[in-house]
Amino acid sequence: MISTTGTDVANWVDVAYLITGILFILGLRYLSSPKTARLGNRISAVGMLIAVVATLTQGIVNWWVLGAALVVGAAIGIVSAQRVKMTAMPQMVAIFNGAGGGAAALVAAGELLKVYNAGTVPTYDISFTSVLSAVIGAVSFAGSIIAFLKLQEVMTGRPVTYPGQQIVNALLLLAILVCWGLVVANAPNALEYFWIALGCSFALGILFVLPIGGADMPVVISLLNSFTGLAAASTGFVLGNNVLIISGALVGASGTLLTVLMGKAMNRSVTNVLFGAFGAVTVSAGGGAAKQHNVRSVSADDVAAMVAYANEVIVVPGYGMAVAQAQHSIRELADQLEKRGVDVKYAIHPVAGRMPGHMNVLLAEANVPYTSLYDMDDINGEFERADVALVVGANDVTNPAAREDKTSPIYGMPILNVDKAHNVVVLKRSMNSGFAGIDNPLFDDPKTVMLFGDAKKSIDGVVAGVKAL
Amino acid sequence: MTAHLLTELTIFILAVFVGLEVISKVPTTLHTPLMSATNAIHGIVLVGAILVAGVANAPFNAIVGFVLVLLASLNVFGGYTVTERMLQMFRPKTPAAKAPGDNA
Repeated sequence: MISTTGTDVANWVDVAYLITGILFILGLRYLSSPKTARLGNRISAVGMLIAVVATLTQGIVNWWVLGAALVVGAAIGIVSAQRVKMTAMPQMVAIFNGAGGGAAALVAAGELLKVYNAGTVPTYDISFTSVLSAVIGAVSFAGSIIAFLKLQEVMTGRPVTYPGQQIVNALLLLAILVCWGLVVANAPNALEYFWIALGCSFALGILFVLPIGGADMPVVISLLNSFTGLAAASTGFVLGNNVLIISGALVGASGTLLTVLMGKAMNRSVTNVLFGAFGAVTVSAGGGAAKQHNVRSVSADDVAAMVAYANEVIVVPGYGMAVAQAQHSIRELADQLEKRGVDVKYAIHPVAGRMPGHMNVLLAEANVPYTSLYDMDDINGEFERADVALVVGANDVTNPAAREDKTSPIYGMPILNVDKAHNVVVLKRSMNSGFAGIDNPLFDDPKTVMLFGDAKKSIDGVVAGVKAL
Repeated sequence: MTAHLLTELTIFILAVFVGLEVISKVPTTLHTPLMSATNAIHGIVLVGAILVAGVANAPFNAIVGFVLVLLASLNVFGGYTVTERMLQMFRPKTPAAKAPGDNA
């Protein structure tokens, strides 16, 4: 670091920041196993504490404002984090993400204002990076709010589309780039162009999440996470602060990696997810309602007999399980079955739910040991040996058309090979097609039976049936 | 581009590679806690918020400064709390749950 005193002695605050950076990396390292993950989170929190305390020694005068904001923010954050239901975790993550993005944008704006207020002209480095963090931060802030509203079902989870959507977005992006150039070039009234860029970024954040459907949320949440990381890193460049750069880079890398993983799990490029408005156009392609299904509907007692005398049952949870809050009933069923010597495993598709790993958290909350949860690649060979595959509120991720039907909109998407099991039980609310409106031939398979109704009530019925046997 | 910016870019790029390396080792079962843990980490922007809103020549009035620090504080405290809450739910198979299945 460049010392302000002109000597070559490192500032102790920068040493504190370095320690924070190391603790963050170690914290993430410990997340590589569920056994050490809690320790990792605490190591990371200690790192955060060190950085904040060190910063508070840096000529702070507005103690009242800082103190009040810290306390109120902490209170809201802690209380909401403790009360939030695990099913609502994607919304919670979206809110915290938006808060970080908004803060990053304001920090960048503040630094730029400081320079202008002092009557000086910002260096190219400062003006370039401050617009960058303001733009990414504002996109992340606005996008996270829309993602929250969609996930919370305040607004429709379906893609919102209108004619000329891409053109509007392109024009906004163009306006941002032009304003960015004008700020960097120190055009007259540069500050006004900065505010225009900020406003356009806010609008772009809203408009780019609007056309993205609920089932694509795992990609969007990951991407927004990555954006906020990059915005934080960018404010690090503005402030000349290494801990912000390192932390932001770590988060950016994590978000990007998850975004790519989610895209792969859907066999779609990230651009396709962002601009494809999936779910809005496929109604005509799928024609789920038009096709006549020939399905076998059974009772909870029939299913109870099937699973109770099985050797191995694989549970395939989807978002429908979360909606029905059926995870605790499933755990109870697994307990009953394990008492009878049935081997129960859980097959988790990477994009089941509304964010990466969503199903795992819900099942963990219901006391399902993580050692019973299997990734798609680890369980797919196992379906052939399973007597029963119990599909609870999952649809598209079990659709064999993704493997066989080249005309299907989801052709090529990796799926759970549920149809290889000896018997398949599908729990579904009704015969309506899934979120994306795509027809699922699994339901017509002769070895598939359907148990219609609310997933929680259905499973409770199966539990009662097993107990009675 | 100044030499200073180049140094910062170097740090950034190396940190990205460290991030990719470390994150790729996180099992899929922990992806939701990973996301909220990284969420908490980008709360480090709180440091920037304090430096901007807390100093004598703060560019914002008290209200904007308050909102700025509040957003960052919400991000930090909420992020760590919710991650801790999730992680404490992840348990391995307990011996007690295994015992009844022994008669298989």
